[in-house]
Amino acid sequence: MTDTHLLKTPLHSFHIENGARMVPFAGYDMPVQYPLGVKQEHLHTRAKAGLFDVSHMGQFKLVGSNGAQALEQLLPIDVIDLPEGKQRYALLLNEQGGILDDLMVTNAGSYHYLVVNAACKVEDAAHIRAHLPEGLELQEMADHALLALQGPAAVDVLATLNPAVAELKFMDNVELTLLGETCRVSRSGYTGEDGYEISVPAAKAVALASELLSHEQCELIGLGARDSLRLESGLCLYGHDMNAETDPVSASLIWAISKARRADGERAGGFMGAEPVLKALAEKRPAKKRVGLIGSTRAPVREGTQLFDASDKPIGVVTSGTFGPSCEKSISMAYVNFGEHEVGTEVFAEVRGKKIAMTVSKMPFVEQRYVR
Amino acid sequence: MSEVIEKLLYSESHEWVRREADGTVTVGLSDHAQKALGDVVYVELPEVGSEVNMQDEVALVESVKAASDVYTPISGEVLAINDVLADEPQIINESCYDNGWLFKLKPADEAELDSLLSAAAYAEQTEE
Repeated sequence: MTDTHLLKTPLHSFHIENGARMVPFAGYDMPVQYPLGVKQEHLHTRAKAGLFDVSHMGQFKLVGSNGAQALEQLLPIDVIDLPEGKQRYALLLNEQGGILDDLMVTNAGSYHYLVVNAACKVEDAAHIRAHLPEGLELQEMADHALLALQGPAAVDVLATLNPAVAELKFMDNVELTLLGETCRVSRSGYTGEDGYEISVPAAKAVALASELLSHEQCELIGLGARDSLRLESGLCLYGHDMNAETDPVSASLIWAISKARRADGERAGGFMGAEPVLKALAEKRPAKKRVGLIGSTRAPVREGTQLFDASDKPIGVVTSGTFGPSCEKSISMAYVNFGEHEVGTEVFAEVRGKKIAMTVSKMPFVEQRYVR
Repeated sequence: MSEVIEKLLYSESHEWVRREADGTVTVGLSDHAQKALGDVVYVELPEVGSEVNMQDEVALVESVKAASDVYTPISGEVLAINDVLADEPQIINESCYDNGWLFKLKPADEAELDSLLSAAAYAEQTEE
């Protein structure tokens, strides 16, 4: 069953010992679920604490002088005024304003710490390096694993290793000692719950995961539940809910463009793709727009499903869809024609030859519970 | 290991068939099938009163992962469907051989039952 071409994270054997079902994902052999099963793993994360291996994601250090200025050439966010110990969500854009990836950027003091999607990391690194001025170097942290601990009990679980984690607020990202090892700990994640992401030296990854898992409240959670958790929380999956063909305005990610970089901001424009993106931002009338949909039946309406209006005219396509275990509804994300995007609009999804009514709904589908 | 029930008949497409005392049959999904599907989130069942032919796609069971067709192991008239599954599809995972049954048929041709697998033959087929 093992595909020798697949990469392994430092926790690969740990997953198998814990009964994971492994699947190929973004070139890695990754756990899709553990014996608990996708639904229970999802519900456990919302109720207690779930531990995820996200070591397949790309971790980088941008080292050298004027890293913030260089990143602002590529990202439509405020990096220069990002305080030390803070991280910010960003979109990597091409010249046309299309989204190459979404990532996290941290001001780590002497360097910038970046976390990018696994499937994009090779292209991202090449793109960033191609646009770096002299004196800056992008280093992949291949010797580090990345764990996510998510859920309302995450703080209690992690605080047993270092009580300082309880003091962090949402999007703080600092170095802390866990099990005698210096780790980078952020209060963030991709489930909509409170929680942490922990960058740990690869050699210590299994020890840290075992220690966290020994906590009664903590269970291992696979990619299956990670997907339903992020979808309920209205969070995009790159390559599905956005890609190089979608810009931040049509992806409904205007909030990811910092005020300082907008047309009336103190450092307006000046990032790759600025011209088309700021134009789209001024017009606020994209051809298509990302929306949330709630189904009128329990039938999941999955990626690729065509959407129609009441007169049977095609108006869009679903980009993610599942049955939300916490909201107990069929939920989807979709791109629909401008004009069909208002909350409350009824659309029809064609599932196995039948039309299922769905209503455009605000996201998240489940309330986010970040500690701000 | 998946559970196989000695007194049931099985199809190669993982449905089970129970012969009831009144001559009707009850159809459901095997333990092997529900485990392979994972958490069931949605079920579509045939219409009561409809006539179905052996190996027709008559129902649909959808898990968190994917949708899967259910084939009727024999021909007949649909006498009843398990309505509870509409709101509580997870019963298929919790009790595939009991409360998680799918539909009941009045067999059109009893001889069709002879073409189904015994529990032992099915267990052999699904052994990993």
